[in-house]
This record gives sequence, C-alpha cells and structure tokens, in this order.
Amino acid sequence: MHLILFIVFAGFCLAGAINLLLQSHPISSALSLIVVMTSLAVLYLLLGAEFLAAAQVIVYAGAIMVLFTFVVMLLNAGREERTLGSRAARAVGFPAVVAILAVLATVILHVQGLGVATLGEGLTNVRGSTNIEELSTVLFTRLLLPFEVTSVLILVAILGAVALARHGDGDPDAKPDPNTKLERTAAK
Amino acid sequence: MNGYPHLWLIPLLPFAGFLINGILGRRLPKWFVTTVALLAPLAAFGVVLSAASTVYFPFNVTKCGPCGPPNYGWTVVVLPYVENLATWINAAALHIDFSFVLDQLSLVMLLVVTGVGFLIHIYSVGYMHDDEGYARYFSYLNLFLFFMTVLVLAGNALVMFVGWEGVGLASYLLIGFWYQKKSAADAGKKAFIVNRIGDFGFLIGMFLLLANFGTLTFSEIATKLGQDPGWTGGVVTVIALCLLLGATGKSAQLPLYIWLPDAMEGPTPVSALIHAATMVTAGVYMVARTHVLFDHSPFALGVVAIVGAATALFAATIGLVQNDIKRVLAYSTISQLGYMFLACGVAAYSAGIFHLVTHAFFKALLFLAAGSVIHGMGGEQDLRKMGGLWKKLPITFAVTTVGVLAIAGFFPFAGFFSKDAILYAAFLQGPNGKILWFVGVVTALLTSFYMFRLWYLTFLGKSRSPEIHPHESPWSMRGPLVILALLSICGGWIGIERFNGFLAPAVGAKAAEAGNPHLELVLSGVAVGVALLGWLVAHLLYREKSTLPANMAAALPGGYKLLANKYYVDEIYGAMVVKPLFALSKILLGWVVDVGVLGGIAWLLGGIAMLSGAVLQRWQSGNLRSYAAWLAAGAAALLLFLLVPWPTVLASFFGIHFGMAGH
Amino acid sequence: MNSLFSQEVPLSWYLLLSAALFSLGVVGFLIKRNLITVFMSIELMLNGVNLSFVTFAHQWHAVKGQIFVFFVMMVAAAEAAVGLAIIIAIFRARATLAVDRIDLMKL
Repeated sequence: MHLILFIVFAGFCLAGAINLLLQSHPISSALSLIVVMTSLAVLYLLLGAEFLAAAQVIVYAGAIMVLFTFVVMLLNAGREERTLGSRAARAVGFPAVVAILAVLATVILHVQGLGVATLGEGLTNVRGSTNIEELSTVLFTRLLLPFEVTSVLILVAILGAVALARHGDGDPDAKPDPNTKLERTAAK
Repeated sequence: MNGYPHLWLIPLLPFAGFLINGILGRRLPKWFVTTVALLAPLAAFGVVLSAASTVYFPFNVTKCGPCGPPNYGWTVVVLPYVENLATWINAAALHIDFSFVLDQLSLVMLLVVTGVGFLIHIYSVGYMHDDEGYARYFSYLNLFLFFMTVLVLAGNALVMFVGWEGVGLASYLLIGFWYQKKSAADAGKKAFIVNRIGDFGFLIGMFLLLANFGTLTFSEIATKLGQDPGWTGGVVTVIALCLLLGATGKSAQLPLYIWLPDAMEGPTPVSALIHAATMVTAGVYMVARTHVLFDHSPFALGVVAIVGAATALFAATIGLVQNDIKRVLAYSTISQLGYMFLACGVAAYSAGIFHLVTHAFFKALLFLAAGSVIHGMGGEQDLRKMGGLWKKLPITFAVTTVGVLAIAGFFPFAGFFSKDAILYAAFLQGPNGKILWFVGVVTALLTSFYMFRLWYLTFLGKSRSPEIHPHESPWSMRGPLVILALLSICGGWIGIERFNGFLAPAVGAKAAEAGNPHLELVLSGVAVGVALLGWLVAHLLYREKSTLPANMAAALPGGYKLLANKYYVDEIYGAMVVKPLFALSKILLGWVVDVGVLGGIAWLLGGIAMLSGAVLQRWQSGNLRSYAAWLAAGAAALLLFLLVPWPTVLASFFGIHFGMAGH
Repeated sequence: MNSLFSQEVPLSWYLLLSAALFSLGVVGFLIKRNLITVFMSIELMLNGVNLSFVTFAHQWHAVKGQIFVFFVMMVAAAEAAVGLAIIIAIFRARATLAVDRIDLMKL
C-alpha cells in the first residue's frame, strides 16, 4: 500500500516539476507547481508528518501559489519567447546541475543506516501523543522566541510588500514606458 | 664629578647641540642658536679637561651622602681608560662593543678638536652672521664635532668607522652648504665620493683584521701582534696598505687628494676646522692608532713614507702658482699632511702627531685670517686683486704674519719644532731616509716661498682694487685669530722630547737613536736656511721686481700651465674613471635595469591588471541567468569537494595503475 | 500482489525524489525566461529540501526536522510576498518580465 501510494504521488511530483519546466505560459507552470505541492503533502502524510501536510496544503498550495497566480494575472505575463539568453547558463549551469544530482544520488545510495519508512509511525513510538502535540510542545516552550520572531518577520514582510508594490509619487495611472533609453550590456 | 672621566659626554653634548639647532633652529631666536652652538663645544672641551684632570690631578671629592661627611680621596684613573657603553654586536665569535678609550693620543686629539673647534665656532658667529642658513650651519658643525669625537675616542675599528663615515657626511653637508651654487654642490659630492673610495680600503682592512685576529679592538690587536713574533709581512702588510688607502682618502694624500681643493667652496671656517685642523688629520690619527700593524710591516711603512713625501712635494709645486687665496692654503694643507704621513712612515708617530697639533694651530689661523680678508674685501678671493691691506686690516695682518712664519718653520714659532722633528727622524732612517729628508727640505723651501708670496700679494704693496674699501672684522672674528696666533707662537715650546715621552705609552717609544745633538742643530739650521731662502726669493719676485713672475711664466709656458692646471689630474681621472663609469651606468643601469627590468615589471603588472580586468569585465554582465549558472557551479564544486572521499578516490585511481604495473 | 502491497518504501527513495526535485528547480532557474517562473522554480527547490527534512525526521524520530520545515514554510511565505512585490515594482519600471532584459542595477 505504502509502496503504491509512494510511486503514484512521487510520479505526480516529478511530472508536475517537469511540466513546470516545459510549459511556456507562466500560468501553466503555476498550476503544475500546485500539483507538486499537493503531492508532496500526501508524501508528508506517508511519512507521518500530519501537521506539515496540512500546513503544506494551506500555506503553500493555498496561499503562496494563489499569490503567484494573482501576480501572473495582474501583470498579464504572456508566453515566453524562446531566445538564447545566456550562454553561461547552458555551458556552465547544466553540467553543474548534473554534477549536483550525481553527487547527491551517489551519496544517498551508498550511505549506510537509512531505514525504511513505516506507515503509521510518527515522531515517537508512544501511542497517545499526536504529531501536532509533539510539534507544539517544542514550538511553544523551547522555541517560543523563534516562533514569535517568525510572526514579526511575516509582519515585516507584509509591510515591505505593501511599501514596495504601491505606486510612487506622481500619476497613479502612469503606464511604464518601454522605450526608456538604457545601455545594454552584452548578455552572456 | 665623581672622579671618573665620563667620556660619553664628549660626543653627546655636540650631538645635543646638533639636534636642537637642527630641528628647532629655524624658529629660535639667533642668540639662542648661538648660545647652544657655542655651549656644545665649550662643554665638550670642559669635559675633556676634567677627564684629563682625573688622570693628572686626581684629587676629587666623593660625596657619600647619608653615610657621613664627604670623603676626600684620590681615585686613580690609569690611561688607557676604557669605557664600554653597550654591546653592539654579539654574534657567535664576533663581539663588538661601543667602547671609548681615553689614552694620551686620544687626549691630545680631543684637546685639539674641541679646543680649536670651539674657537672656530666663535669665529663662525661673526663670519656667518648674515647668512640665511645660520642655524643649519651650526647644527652641521656640531654634528661634525660629534662624529669627530666618536672617531677619536673609538676603542675599536668599527666605532672609528662610524665616526669616519660621519665626518665624511658632515664634510659633504658643510662643503655644499651653499647648495644652490652648483660648484658647491658638486664639490660636496666629489668630496664624499672620493672619501668613499678610501673607505672601501678601510672596510677591506677591517674585514681582514676580523678574519685574521677575530677582533677589531685596537688593544687586543696590539696584544695579539705582540705575543706572536710570526706576524710580519704578508697579511699584516695587506691590512696596513688597505688602511692606508682609507687614510689617503680622508687625509687627501696621493692619489685621493683631489677633493680638498674643491672643498674650498664651503664657508671659510669650515675649511679651517674640517679641512685643516681636524677631519683631514683623521687619517694620520688612524695610522698612529693602528701603528702596531705598521710597525710589523716595514714595507707598508715605506709606502706610507713615500706617499707622504711625494704628496708633500707634489702639492707644494701646485701651490706655487695658484691665484685663489684659499686654494693656496688648501694645497699647503695637503703638503703639510704629507709631512705628517712622512713622519708616520719613519715610525716617528709622535713627531707626526706633534706636527698635527701645531699645524692645527697655524693652519686654522691662516684659514681664519684668509676668511677675515675675504670678509673685509666683500667676498673677493683672488690674490691678484688684493694688496696694501696691511694698513686697513692691521690685526689680520699681524696674525697672518705669525702664521706664515710658523708654517715656514722659523724659530721659535710652532712649526719650527714639529717640522724639524720630522726631518730629523727621516734623516736618521738610513740611505732612503736621506732622500726623504731631501724631499722634505725642498718642500720646505717651496712652502716658505708660496706662503710669503701669499703674504706679499695680499697685504703689502699697493692695493690693486682701489674701488673696494676693506674693513676690519668684528671682535668675534678677531678674538679667535689672536688666540690661535698666540698658540702658533708658543705651541711648539713643549719640545719634541717631552712630547715623545708623553705619547710613548700610546704610540710606542721609538728606539733611542744614536743621533747626536750636533746633527740635530745642523739639520735645524739647514731648515731655517731654506725658509729664509724662500722668503728671499718671494721678496725678490713680488716686492722688488713685480714683472719678473709674469716674465718667468711666459718663459716656461708649458711648465706654468701644467702647474696652474694642477697637473691635469682631475681631467685624467675624469677621462679614466668618471667617463667610463657614466657610460657603463647609462647602458647597464639606465637601459637594462631602469627601462628593461623595472620598466618591464611595471609594464607587466599593468598588462596583467588590464588583461584580467578585460576578462573579468565580461563576467559581470548583470545577466541573472549567468549569475545563477555560476552559483550552481559553485555549489556543485562545494558539494563535490565535501562529499567525495578524495583520498580513497585518488588512491584507487592511481592504485589501479600501480596494481596493473605490478603485475 | 501481497508482497507488493506490504512492501515498505526505503527512505533513500524519498531522498532521491528530494534530490530530483531540487535539481529540477535549479534547471528551471537556469532556463526559464519569465521572472515569475524563475521564482516558482525557487519554490520548487525549497519544497525538495523540505521533503528531505521530513524524511530524516522520520528516520531518527526527531521533531527538529519537522520544526525546521515549519520555519522554512513561514520564511518561504514571507519571501514570496516580498519577492512578488519586488517583481511588481520591476514590472512598473521596466514594462518587461524577461529576465535577460533586467540587467542593470539602476531601476
């Protein structure tokens, strides 16, 4: 059961990720990413992290991706053109990615001591203590300060976002001028 | 004073004067500068006297404060008195201290240096009164005194070398004092460079001393030489000749005398102090200090004597036809230094030192008087334009007369006793000595002639420049003149035998010669006779028939030109040494090093910077994707570096090869 | 079929999936031309890392792993908000979302 569930939803993850790369319209990429997020939520459930699965759906898929979708629609981003933007990205970047993947894969496959994922097993083997109880015990006692700091961080982020995205002084309906003369550097 | 000579004060006081006047002098009022400048040599002279008194009048009071009433006692300070100030070099076998030594020889030199130095300082107050660089002048003078006292007091060759170089430096600074004048700046350079050539010899001598004796301390060298009778000839000769080279550079002997006439570009008190009384005598002093080396090498002694005699004659011949009053005196100095070297060359060191002392008196006197004349004539230095000054500058005339009589060697002036001692010692030296004696006598004749020529042309007769109205110098200038004149009169009365006895512990007693007083009287008579002859000829040429010199010069044009142009020595050196050096420098240093190596390095660095800049510039494109790519590459490299077990990988990689090779 | 149903999943597979997601995120960051899509690839990378944290939390029964994921999510949320605000500001100044056109520091 575990195996089938894993294979199905891992497949959804990979398919969504590859689809994100292959699509040319950003909104399609956003939707693929939502697929990835929700599949990951299921995988978290399989690993016994129930709270995180819920948080993944609520926060990531439900808030962040919605934000992304809003921005895509607001800015009316169209299809991408296929142009050669950067030689370095191809020449240097791809081998780098391949190397990263290869190293990680080799290490993962050769390391000793990794066990198996057991369904139903949580953080502790003590029955009666749920995942969310475990988390909140730590979060509200030992890590209370970072927790509160995180909420301040989110507040700051909100303020920052508001400040950055508002119209500047001047005409609120001013359209951006695509003909502003700027020097171009040679794109690599 | 607590009964011990504090030798370290003697150099320190002039050094303090140098610092104060050098650093603050420009902002201080003139009277302050003068006071500091005069106090330094006076105080140094006082310390020398007190040091002498601790030896010869050792009564002193040692105050024993809390333990009772003062204690009147006698401390016995025995010469040589060594004062070790600090350790300088302490490296394995080499141990050199900053040590000062007071013995009879250094005591005599110190009295001359600080005493005559003080008189010249007083004279300078008047002479340099209107000069813009007043404070700078006195700071340099004090610096010179500092180095000279270090040189005299030195207990080992290295400290002496410090003083040696230092007086060279002070000489350069003072000769080129009026540095805006090109001839003065050139003369300063020439003096320093020629000195350096001599110093090379001194250095080689020091190295050889170290290599053979392991020490540079004079007393230790003397002990080692005395212990082992095998030290004769060979390496000792080489060392002595090297040291002699240094002495010829400093004391203006053949072949390194060329800087001294040019050094007359400096102010006249400088010429008096440095180039007559003290610095140029450093070479003689050094030979006397290291006399044990010369004693053990008859060959080197012979070279010294020949150099001295030849220089004396050579310089005297040039001095016959010079027209600048200071040049005449300069060549006279070279000639008299030749006498001192001649004395050392016949191992009569105390006679040489005796002549050094009397020469300091009358040569300083003559230079200062010449300065007085120049000052009175408003800067005129040409003999042909002077004349008839005996009425206008009476005191200067009187003291100059004393000086001329002293240098010519008339009885009972100072020069008579010292010059006679030298000639007598030379005569007794065997057949070669008689030749040296003859050369000395001829030189005395020439000396007398050109000094009286100077006397006649400057003071007597009618004035050849009626437009100039000379005035007598201020008392600050006349006072030292009078004192020096008195010393020139009675400086020799101590007599050579007593002087010999006094210096004997320091320079070694000359074996009692089997000379008889009759011979001495006869030789003295000959010397006085030639002096009179010289006066007579000068009188004839410059008083009676004043057209005769011109006719004689016209009769022997070649000879006259040769002498007037100083035997073209400067030109010869210029062609043989200076020009090739310039050419070599231009090619080797100018082109190869300067343009090639250094320019090449600069060009290379610039090229590297530009090249790397050009390469790196393309990297910073502002393109987000390329930045991201390089980020990923960096991350990949880091992961590779951290996660791959390189030792095993590399070992297996190479191990496979080895394994296969092994099979 | 029984064996298939009751087989356990080795944790290394989860880790391999996490590495794959991360690499795909990097590739997307490199090849995509739209600024927003690039940003989405970054979110993909973060998710891949989250998965590996949860895996290790399961391996060692440690709550730290999940706490870390919690914080990562919070920070990712803040970052997304601010980042998208910046993108909006850039779009206002440049009228383009092409990554290659935005290569000057001056806005």
